[in-house]
Amino acid sequence: MQNRTLEIGVGLFLLAGLLALLLLALRVSGLTVGSANDTYKIYAHFENIAGLTVRAKVTMAGVTIGKVTAIDLDRDSYTGRVTLSLDDSVDNLPVDSTASILTAGLLGEKYVGISVGGDEEVLVDGSTIYDTQSSLVLEDLIGKFLLNSVNKDEAK
Amino acid sequence: MRKTSTLERIRLLGRAGIDAVATLGRSTVFLLRALFGRSSAGNPLQLLIKQLYSVGVMSLAIIVVSGIFIGMVLSLQGFNILSDYGSEQAVGQMVALTLLRELGPVVTALLFAGRAGSALTAEIGNMKSTEQLSSLEMIGVDPLKYIVAPRLWAGFISMPLLAVIFSVVGIWGGAMVAIDWLGVYEGSFWANMQNSVSFREDVLNGVIKSIVFGFVVTWIAVFQGYDCEPTSEGISRATTKTVVYASLAVLGLDFILTALMFGDF
Repeated sequence: MQNRTLEIGVGLFLLAGLLALLLLALRVSGLTVGSANDTYKIYAHFENIAGLTVRAKVTMAGVTIGKVTAIDLDRDSYTGRVTLSLDDSVDNLPVDSTASILTAGLLGEKYVGISVGGDEEVLVDGSTIYDTQSSLVLEDLIGKFLLNSVNKDEAK
Repeated sequence: MRKTSTLERIRLLGRAGIDAVATLGRSTVFLLRALFGRSSAGNPLQLLIKQLYSVGVMSLAIIVVSGIFIGMVLSLQGFNILSDYGSEQAVGQMVALTLLRELGPVVTALLFAGRAGSALTAEIGNMKSTEQLSSLEMIGVDPLKYIVAPRLWAGFISMPLLAVIFSVVGIWGGAMVAIDWLGVYEGSFWANMQNSVSFREDVLNGVIKSIVFGFVVTWIAVFQGYDCEPTSEGISRATTKTVVYASLAVLGLDFILTALMFGDF
C-alpha cells in the first residue's frame, strides 16, 4: 500500500515534468508542430538594416507571412542582404513588390513589411526584391535636421 | 630555519595539489563504477522509484513555491522598469527569457543542492558511519549499485524536470501579476513572449543547462556522503561541503555554458 502511493507520487511528478516541457514548447515559445516545413526564400537588399535581427517577422497588410532567417553583407554592392523565408501559401507576390524595414511603436522591434506591386510575374524561391526602403535611423534624421537649421541660418 | 619553512610550505602546497587530484580521480572512478557496474541485488527500478520520490517529489513544494514568487517579483520589477519606456507589454518576454535561460536552471539547482543534495550526503554519510555500507558488502551486495546508483539516477532525472516545472510556474506567476494586477493586455503579453522565445535556443538550452547542473550537484552530493569521515562531525562537514561546492560549481558552470550557448563565438 505504502509502495503504491509512492509510485503514484513519482508517476505524477514525471507527468508534471513532461507536461511542463510541453507547455513551454507550445505556450511560451509558440512552437507549432509541422508548419515550419513549407516555406520559400527570397532576398532583399537594404542600404541600411540597422536594428533588424534574425527571427524578425515579415508582414504583409499587418499579417505575419514569414520571418527573417539570415542577414549578411553583400560584398559587391555594400548593401545588407536579408533572407526572408515566406509561407508557401503566399506565392503570388509580384516581382516589383516593395520591402521596407518598419518599427513596431516608437521603440519596438523592427520587422519587414512588404507592399504589393503590380507586375504580372511573381517572386519565386531564390528571387530578389530590388525595391526596398531602409530602416529609419534616428541619428541620420537628427543630422539632416541640424544641417537644415544651419543652412537656414546662413541664408539669413 | 627560514629555508626549511619555505620548503615546508612548498611541501604543503604539493600535498594539497595531490589531495585535490586524488579526490577528483576517486570521485570519477566512484561515478563510473556506480553507473556502469553490474547490478547485484534488488529490483533496480523499484529502488529508483523510491529515490525519485524522496529526491524529486519531496523537492516539488519548495520548487513550486519559489518559482511562483520569483516569477511574480520578476514581473513587478520588469513592469516598473519597462513602463518608463512605455513598453509594458514586453514584460512577458522579459520574464520568460530570464526564467528559461538563467533563473530556472540556476535557482532550481541551488535549491536542489540545499534540499535534496544535503539530504543525500547526510543519509549516505550516516549509513557509512553506522557501518551499514560495510555490512552490505559483507553480505555480498555492492553498496555502489544498491545505495549509490539509484540516488545518482534519481538526481539526474529529477533535476531537469524540476527546472522545467520551476520555469512554467514562474511564468504563470509572472503572467498572473502582469495581467490581473498590473493590467498588461493579455494578448500582447503572450504574443510578445512567443515572438521572442525560440524553442531550440531558449527552452532546449535551458533544459541542457539543468541536465548538466543535475549531474554535477548529484555527483558532488553522493560522493561527499560516500567519502566523508564516518563521524558525526565528518558528516556535518561533508553536508556543508556539498552545499558549498555544488553551489559554486553550478554558478561557475552556468557562466561557461552561457558563454558557449549565447556568446556568439
